[in-house]
This record gives sequence, structure tokens and C-alpha cells, in this order.
Amino acid sequence: MLKMTHLSKAYRTEVVETYALRDFSILVKEGEFVAVTGPSGSGKTTFLTIAGLLEEFTGGEYQLDGANVRGLNDNQRSRLRNEKIGFIFQAFNLIADLNVQDNIDVPLRYRGFNGAERRRRIQDALSRVGLSARARHYPAELSGGQQQRVAIARALAGSPRLLLADEPTGNLDTQMARGVLDLLEELHRDGATIVMVTHDPELALRAQREVHIVDGQVVDLAAQPRMVAAAHAGA
Amino acid sequence: MFSYYVNLALRSLRRNVVLTALMIAAIGVGIGASMTTLTVFRAMSGDPIPQKSHQLFAVQIGNWDPQNRRDYGREPDGLQPQLTYMDSMALMKSHAAARQTAMYVGGFALTPSNPELRPFQIQSRAAYTDFFPMFQVPFRYGAPWAAADDENHADVVVLSAELNDKVFGGANSVGKTLNLDGHDYRVVGVMEHWSPTPKFYDLNNNQFGKAEELYLPFTRAIDAQMPSWGNYNCSGDIGEPGWEGRLRSECVWFQYWAELPSAESAARYRSFLMNYASDLQRAGRFRWLPRTSLRDVREWMDYQQVVTNSARILVLVSFSFLFVCLLNAMGLMLAKIMGRAADIGVRRALGANRYAIFSQCLIEAGVIGLAGGLLGLVLTALGLWGLRVLLSEEVGRLTHMSVTDISIAVALSLTAALLAGLYPTWRAGQVQPAWQLKAQ
Repeated sequence: MLKMTHLSKAYRTEVVETYALRDFSILVKEGEFVAVTGPSGSGKTTFLTIAGLLEEFTGGEYQLDGANVRGLNDNQRSRLRNEKIGFIFQAFNLIADLNVQDNIDVPLRYRGFNGAERRRRIQDALSRVGLSARARHYPAELSGGQQQRVAIARALAGSPRLLLADEPTGNLDTQMARGVLDLLEELHRDGATIVMVTHDPELALRAQREVHIVDGQVVDLAAQPRMVAAAHAGA
Repeated sequence: MFSYYVNLALRSLRRNVVLTALMIAAIGVGIGASMTTLTVFRAMSGDPIPQKSHQLFAVQIGNWDPQNRRDYGREPDGLQPQLTYMDSMALMKSHAAARQTAMYVGGFALTPSNPELRPFQIQSRAAYTDFFPMFQVPFRYGAPWAAADDENHADVVVLSAELNDKVFGGANSVGKTLNLDGHDYRVVGVMEHWSPTPKFYDLNNNQFGKAEELYLPFTRAIDAQMPSWGNYNCSGDIGEPGWEGRLRSECVWFQYWAELPSAESAARYRSFLMNYASDLQRAGRFRWLPRTSLRDVREWMDYQQVVTNSARILVLVSFSFLFVCLLNAMGLMLAKIMGRAADIGVRRALGANRYAIFSQCLIEAGVIGLAGGLLGLVLTALGLWGLRVLLSEEVGRLTHMSVTDISIAVALSLTAALLAGLYPTWRAGQVQPAWQLKAQ
């Protein structure tokens, strides 16, 4: 599903060149739930933005769902992002002007679905996250947990091949975080491929597999897959 | 997606009402100021008879000594814009054009048959019957007098719609009589409302004034010694006293127009005029080289400086003001759009390409432009109303907005807003979603 090989990302100024990712390789198979961990500044978010086609990389190769993304133009990247990737952000990133259903409608509009199809997908997604009754509420009227579930519904509505989550519980209290994680696990059980960036080791234990990044490089690629049950037992 | 973007634009405008109001006000004030001056300018400079303006020619003959410069007014070539009676009659008798008319503006005391109405003075135009078809005068009742009426010095008149309303209550007055200076005239026609702006056929006399209210055969007006109410200019010798002396003098007070449908006929008429002036030189009336001129309507308006340089500068200044307003609107739009950089980043992350963001923001700019245009129209109407109240009736006639003026205002506003929105919109398209999301 997601394959990066010897990928690098450098930020250049006139005097200095800084590598956020260096010789970075990762393989995420279809249906996997992978946690990407690492200290602040290790390159986790850079990995996520490159994986999400929000940023270009400097060197190496990146294949998303079998397609090589190097050299794609803005239109092609946007279409690929819209069709194959669902984003879940730490800060939810709902659009304040739009109510819940209109927020979920955003990626569907860019996809070009007709009105009936969009309505069906919005209802399905809301029902999946248990917020059907909140369709006409605005983000400011919802709790943090509810907002994150709306963001998940928005990510799911387009039936993406890959869910990218950036610290999805970082802005939530423990109880709400648990609810969101339960939802992610449920999605995974239903077959979704999830890559979750987190700096929280306990959260990482809920994933099938953990990839640890330090200074822009994967340092624990050989980590053993862990069962969710084990994670629960550890917690 | 268009309706979706319009919907988003309206939501966005409602989000920050003050900023939205400032942007609309900046564009509206600029449009109002520029359209007020442009409306007046267009009325001054517009083609008053577009279908025929290149077929109608004003005639000039240099009957004054070109060395005697003190006699000349604003005309740069020293030719007078009007003709003498002698020249007017000679040209009329030649029938060298398809249609032609000599004419002048004068007036009578009109005594209505209705005893409830008091006598009043009425501005009148003496002309030949060709005047009406030449200048495409529309008729409500009746028709122009016949060519025979010109030859027979007939006591006939054509009334303006306004005069017919005033004297005959708007009824069909054809066949009725009208008493002018104690003499009865038969009404043969009533015009529809007709008042070209500027009054191109007589720019020398109240060029933005109303058309005359009464028309009568030139020959009859001369017989009746209808006094001239227009410019009457003489060079040194004012001729013998009395009406006949005026008619034989070198004083100029008649306008002369010829209709020449083709370039060939215009060229032939030019030759005819030069030959006429040469004959007069040979006969000893002119002691200088023959000089004549033939100008079509647009050339005539330029020559008579209908649009002054100060009017052109005023338009330039008002459009400079619009430009400053646009810069302000651009700054406000930039602030508004970049304030939404986070939302734009999210949209990009969710699949919007640069074109989609560009379209969304540009449509928002267009909505602002439309609102600014509507405000601009209201302000233009207010500005024109102010001009009507503060300035003369003559200027007031230039202050009416046509459908074209309204269309120009809306188009100008939309264009202005889109231009002002181009840079902010381009900046929005450049938003890097990764940076926006990382910043959070």
C-alpha cells in the first residue's frame, strides 16, 4: 500500500542544508495498522506529509497503492490525495464556517460525486462514527472527541485506501482519546490501512506494528508485530 | 462547483462583516466616483446619431479675412462655425447634396387659443424640411412640411411633444392653428420626444441644451423676421442697418448641414465648396485664398471641443481614485484570504488542487465586486443627482444613466474586483498545506 525506499527530504537555505528524512525506507501493507513514533523533531510529521502527498521529497522512491508518485504535478497529486488518502489531524482541522455534514462534504465535492451520492456517503460516515444526530451542528458546538469523530467521518467518506492520522488523540482527554482509538481499531478490523504518527508509546502499543524514527531515519524497522490484545494486557 | 463556490463566498463574507463591508465600500466608492464622471463624459462625447454620423456634414466657408485674427474665437483654423445668409442661400439653391438645410435658432411670442394659458415665448428653429429626415426626427402625429412649403414660405409649423402637451394637452393637433407673434400657423406635425445630446446640429448655441420646441420653414422665418436667439458674429463691418442689411452682411448666424451618403459624394461636395469659394474670390468678395471645410458629426464635435480637456482630466482623476480604492480592496482581500490560510491548507489536504482554491477565491472576489458594483450604482445615482441639484439644467441633461452606463458600472466593478482579487487569490493558491498543518 505504502512503500518508501531510500527516501530523503532536505530543507535548504543559502547556507545550510537540513535533512528531515534521510535514507528512509518503510513498507506498509494493505490492512496494516502501523504506529510511527519518535521524539519531537525526528521527522514523523514530515514523513506523514510526504506520505499524504502534501509535500514533495528530495530523493528516493515513493509508491502509493502501486503508483510511483515522483514527478506528479499538483493536479495529479491532489486527485490521488483525494481518492486514496484520508487525513485525521491532531487539531481536527474542521472548517469552522461549515456544519458537520458540509465539512464531510468537502472532499466529496472535489471528488466530483453527484448530490445523491454525496448525501449517501455523508450519512454512512456519520452513522459509522455515531454522529448522525449532529449533522447540522457546527464544530464549535461539539466536544473535542466529537470533532475528531467528525474528522474521521470526513476522512472515511471518500472510501480512501489509506488513513493517515497525526497524533489523533493529542488534543483529547483520556476518555475521549479512548473512544477515538476504539474507533480507529474498529476501522482497522474492518480492513482499513492506518498509519498513525504519535509520540505516545502507549498509543503506539494499540497498533499492530511500531516504526520508530530518530533523526529522520527508521531505527527499529525489525520490531516485532504486536497483537492488540497484548497491548491491552500491557496497559 | 460554481454554485458551491458562490455559497462558500457568501459564508465567508458573512464571517467577517466589517472586513466585508470595508471591501465593498472601497470598490463601491471607487466605482461611484468614476462612473459619475464617466456617465457625464459619455453623454458629452457620445455619438448623438450613430447611424448617420458619418453621413452628415457641417459646412464652413471662410468669408472673413484670415489675417484679422482678433475676430476669431476658439476655432483653431480661423473658420467660423456658422455661415452668412448669402452663402446659406447660395448653397441651398445649388442642391449639391442629397439633403441639405440651412437653419438658425430664434423665437416667437406664442399666444395659445386656450384663454386659460398666458402667452409665452417659445424657442424656435427655422430650417428646411430636409432637417427632419436628415436628423431622423421621430413623429407622433402628422409629418414634416413638404418641400413645396419651403418654396412657398408656408405658414406651417412642427411642434415638439412637450409643446404639444402644453398647448394642446397632448392631443393630435395636426391641422390646428398656433398664433406666433400675432400670425397664425398651421400645425402639420408633432414630434416624439427628441433632444439629441449634445445638440450636435448647433453646437455653437447651447450645445447641451434642449432641442427647440417649435420648427418652421426657414423661408417663412426670414419673411417673419424671426430674430436670432443664437450667436450672431460679425467681423468689423456689421453691414447696413435693418433686417435686409443683416441678410446682406458678412455676419454669420446660420448653421448649414449637408447629407452625403458616400465618400464619393462627400468628395464631390468638397470640390463643389472649393469651387464656390474660388468663384467668390474671383468675383472680389474674398480677397484671400478660398477656404472651406466639411466635417462629419464626430469631427465637428472634436472641432467644436464639445469635450474639454478639463473633462478628460476629471475622468482620469476619478479613475486614478478608483485605482487607489482597488489597492485598498486588494489589501483587505489579501488580509481576509490569508487569514483563512489554515482552511485553505485543509482543503488542499482533502484534495483541492490549486485551480480549485484559485476559483473559490476568485468567485469570492467576484461576489464582492458585484456587491461593490451595486453600491457603486447607488453612489453614482446619488452623485448624478447631486450634479443635477447643484449645477445648471444644461449639465443636468448629461446626468442620466442609461442601460449601457449601468452595464459598464457592473462590468467595471466585476473587473476591478477580479483584478484586485488576482494577487490575493494567487497567494491563496500558493498556500503549502504541509506548512499549514505542521504549524498546527
